[in-house]
Amino acid sequence: MRTIAIMNRVLKELIRDKRTLALMFVAPILIMLLMSVIFNTNSTTDVNVGTVAVTRKLNQEMGDIKHVDVKTYDTKADAKQALQDEKIDAIIKKTGNNYELTYANTDSSKTAAVKMSFKNAVTATSIDQLKSALKKSTTGMAKLQAQLMVMQKQQAASTTAATGNAAAAKQAAATKAKSTTTATKSTSQKTPKITNHYVYGDKNTGYFAKMLPILMGFFVFFFVFLISGMALLKERTTGTLDRLLATPVKRSSIVFGYMLSYGILAVIQTVLIVLITVWLLGMEVVGNMVSVVVINLILALVALAFGILLSTFANSEFQMMQFIPLVVIPQIFFSGIIPLDSMADWVKGISYIIPLKYSGDAVSDIIMRGTSIFNEGWNILVLLVFLVVLTFLNIIGMKRYRKV
Amino acid sequence: MAQAMIDLAHLAKKFGDQTVLKDINLTVNAGEIVGLIGPSGAGKSTVIKVALGMEVANGGSAKVFDTVMPDRKLLGRIGYMAQTDALYDDLSGEENLKFFGVMKGIAKASMAAEIAHAAGVVDLTADLKKRVAGYSGGMKRRLSLAIALLGNPELLILDEPTVGIDPALRRQIWAELGKIRDAGRAILITTHVMDEAELTDRVALLLGGKVMAFDKPAALKQQYGADTIEDVFLKAEGVE
Repeated sequence: MRTIAIMNRVLKELIRDKRTLALMFVAPILIMLLMSVIFNTNSTTDVNVGTVAVTRKLNQEMGDIKHVDVKTYDTKADAKQALQDEKIDAIIKKTGNNYELTYANTDSSKTAAVKMSFKNAVTATSIDQLKSALKKSTTGMAKLQAQLMVMQKQQAASTTAATGNAAAAKQAAATKAKSTTTATKSTSQKTPKITNHYVYGDKNTGYFAKMLPILMGFFVFFFVFLISGMALLKERTTGTLDRLLATPVKRSSIVFGYMLSYGILAVIQTVLIVLITVWLLGMEVVGNMVSVVVINLILALVALAFGILLSTFANSEFQMMQFIPLVVIPQIFFSGIIPLDSMADWVKGISYIIPLKYSGDAVSDIIMRGTSIFNEGWNILVLLVFLVVLTFLNIIGMKRYRKV
Repeated sequence: MAQAMIDLAHLAKKFGDQTVLKDINLTVNAGEIVGLIGPSGAGKSTVIKVALGMEVANGGSAKVFDTVMPDRKLLGRIGYMAQTDALYDDLSGEENLKFFGVMKGIAKASMAAEIAHAAGVVDLTADLKKRVAGYSGGMKRRLSLAIALLGNPELLILDEPTVGIDPALRRQIWAELGKIRDAGRAILITTHVMDEAELTDRVALLLGGKVMAFDKPAALKQQYGADTIEDVFLKAEGVE
């Protein structure tokens, strides 16, 4: 009863605070829209390459590669000047049988693109040489095949003549068919066709797709943490918490009342973020959307408990803000947005105490691989342990303000 | 002898190394108003906090309704008004009253009548639907007092209840407090306004963590050879 009354009161206050409400719902959408625009247009890099004394063939191969422009220079000095003037991003110079590459290297992605395209071009040229060699042998083989066919026909004719059996004729026809397929096969081997299959998304799926499930959790965590922490801090500084505790209300009722109200808010926020990302940003959700909401709800409750706990260590709103660089920002680094596999072991160890990592893992699995929520038991369990421990600490921690 | 609603005996309270209360002996009986006066930092608020069970005494005993504090369930029988207004600004006056009414455990059936009565006493009936954010300082103070009056508590603990309230309304509030006393309920009140102290039945003079004097206003005046409680106060401070 009292828990419900506290929930109602917190919700009423939040609904009347239009700016905070807007922050919770509009800000994440705005940031996500911006990020999707920024990360998706940046996925291709155009590079200009200057070449000196490179074969025409290689120049042509490089020029054929998408997003690569080739300019030829007579001397290395000219090319260097162009590099200095930022007209080109790299120089390829051939001396004897070797290549010498100079990169501007002001943008590592451009350097990587040049390296890649140069490698491809070199491979393509050498494949061309192989191809012409292969062509000769194929024509030789075709001749041999023709001879073989003539022989087979003769043989077939002789067998049909000998037995007059229709079955034998059939067999001959089959052999003929087989030989033709062999012929087509050999031609198709000349230009291999590559078909790409994507388990998740399509060829436009960029880095942002990987970030989205984690970002979603981050927004829920960040806003619930901050707003709930501020709300309880305000209760403390205005004295309403003291007054509340001067009634027979249980300490746990206060904590649960806050949990219920912010839980409801977090559900609305998550649903909104999911819908926006699906409809506006075209995110593909393979798994169950309800599962996504459930996991974000648990995360929101963890954030709430965390916010309330830390607010007891802050004496003003500004001191509450100081927890953002200490508590919230580091969570992003360990949440999985930056691949954890490449980190040192001791750094990886830190990620085990980051709630956002578990929700990020679970939500990524559900959205990108369609994993069932029932297979995310471990991640959910860890989140629940966080929640129970923090809630317990909060109820105990309120003893600071009232001894019973 | 009337029943003791609050009974503090040899109460001591420390915060870290700082001793705030040394030896407090204070009783508040049913049917009387006890005034608690003393300079800022004398420990008035700490006495109240211990009486409410928000803090635990380091020595001595603190009993309310013959029960050792802290005790959560007893709080429903105490009406408390803090120095700060402690209101929810985004809610209306009525919503504030209703919320604290539920917290105090007032039955749903009698809630409306309780709110109407409490609001009537502090003259806020016309402004109940307005948001507290639009209230004046005095209105906030009155709403805060109305919350303490909710549910007819047997004991009222009021920390500076009449600060920022104009004289006419102050008289009205004291008349109401008088009625509460006459109904056999008890009131512990802290104040800075010395002529208010004259209106109480007994005055406790708190200085340096001790109760320097605790008697009827007239007896105190006689004891210190002063004409007003204000002079008593000044003389006591001079002695210390």
